[in-house]
Amino acid sequence: MNWDFIMKYLPLYQRAAILTVKIGIAGIFFAILIGLLCMAVQNLKIPVLRQVVRVYIEISRNTPLLIQLFFIYYGLPKIGIRTNATVCGIAGIAFLGGSYMTEAFRSGMEAVEAVQLESAYSLGLTRWQTLQYVVFPQALSICMPAFMANVIFLLKETSVFSAISLMDLMFTAKDLIGLYYQTTESLFLLVVFYLLILLPVSLAGSLLERRLRYAGFGT
Amino acid sequence: MSDVVLKIEHLVKRFDDQTVLKDISLTVREGEVIVVVGPSGCGKSTLLRCINALEEIQGGKILLNGSSVSRESRNLSEIRQKIGMVFQSYELFPHLNVLDNIILAPTKVQKRSREEAKVEALALLSRVGLLEKANSFPRQLSGGQKQRVAIVRALCMHPEIMLFDEVTAALDPEMVREVLDVILGLAGQGKTMIIVTHEMQFARAVADRVIFLDEGVIKEEGEPDQFFDHPKTERAKEFLRTFTFERKHTHS
Repeated sequence: MNWDFIMKYLPLYQRAAILTVKIGIAGIFFAILIGLLCMAVQNLKIPVLRQVVRVYIEISRNTPLLIQLFFIYYGLPKIGIRTNATVCGIAGIAFLGGSYMTEAFRSGMEAVEAVQLESAYSLGLTRWQTLQYVVFPQALSICMPAFMANVIFLLKETSVFSAISLMDLMFTAKDLIGLYYQTTESLFLLVVFYLLILLPVSLAGSLLERRLRYAGFGT
Repeated sequence: MSDVVLKIEHLVKRFDDQTVLKDISLTVREGEVIVVVGPSGCGKSTLLRCINALEEIQGGKILLNGSSVSRESRNLSEIRQKIGMVFQSYELFPHLNVLDNIILAPTKVQKRSREEAKVEALALLSRVGLLEKANSFPRQLSGGQKQRVAIVRALCMHPEIMLFDEVTAALDPEMVREVLDVILGLAGQGKTMIIVTHEMQFARAVADRVIFLDEGVIKEEGEPDQFFDHPKTERAKEFLRTFTFERKHTHS
């Protein structure tokens, strides 16, 4: 192992890691927004929009992120929508993650039994109060494991960004291998940085899950 | 005679093409305890759910203190506050502790102060013997305890009428007693209640009036002693026989 090489290119990886995390966080943020919106559309059974959401989910979940990115990066400019690689990366994660988040949120909402809502209504709670105080807290707790799994999955998916020339971790590693042929060191740094990003998220996730489950469920 | 609290006139409830309640009329006066009995599927629970507008009705009227109860009522939330309902499956909110379960509606719906609601909740909890469970979560309670909390939760809203929907049906026999004692206590305090139950001895003890519901109609109505000792209809006699046992003697 060439430690000099590793020390020399550490800052490069740092910068790439920061970019990866930034795009990942922004993408996941929008994925959550899309997920909430689509879940609301499905939950309120809004006609037409509901079918649109269904189609979106199927397309988004059944195509690889790489191909989605290609469409956004190379396809959209053809119809006059020009963006840069960063925006494409965020859009890609949001497009892919939106459907996974929708399904996670939906499973949480559906797990709350109808009679829980009736119990709230019978106490005089309005529809919104029932959602706010009874349904959401339970749904959140139920969907938390799926939600955290999605977050980790999406962060890992950022590794395909290099395909649209984003200077992310994967890109940096490939670049260095190409330039200096220091395969072991370059890949070692790649793995370490991905672990540095994902391990804390994973740990925070299990902590959050446990915290939200503190009451334990079962009426 | 005391004031009429609830008036049901010619209530009809249909699920698709099946008519579950056919022309039900019932008047409940203040302080009265009505017990509804009848075979499974006769519409007892549906009747309670209609009174609370959890079910849409297809005909007739339900009036609580003169104002109409229906899913279309604009002040439905306000009306429901006056109707306390206790479910067979308790339906406590699992993410809230006992105290928060009880004061959720008083603070959020009635906008009472947390402190004041808490004082009342604790007083009520102590009355049903669960003061020390105030900070427990529902899953830490037994079925009977959960049901007592559910009753307190409904009471804390100061409803004008309480509806009990087979509240002991999911309980172990030993826990049935503790819940029924609470309801008997409420009857003693003059609470207006409609109770759906399969506990016939309890029905007899608590009821001012017994309604026998069968196939969606009120087949018989009367004071408990009269209903249980001298039922008028054949159908009621047959129904009550299912609760008595005799050993059959066979000659060899």
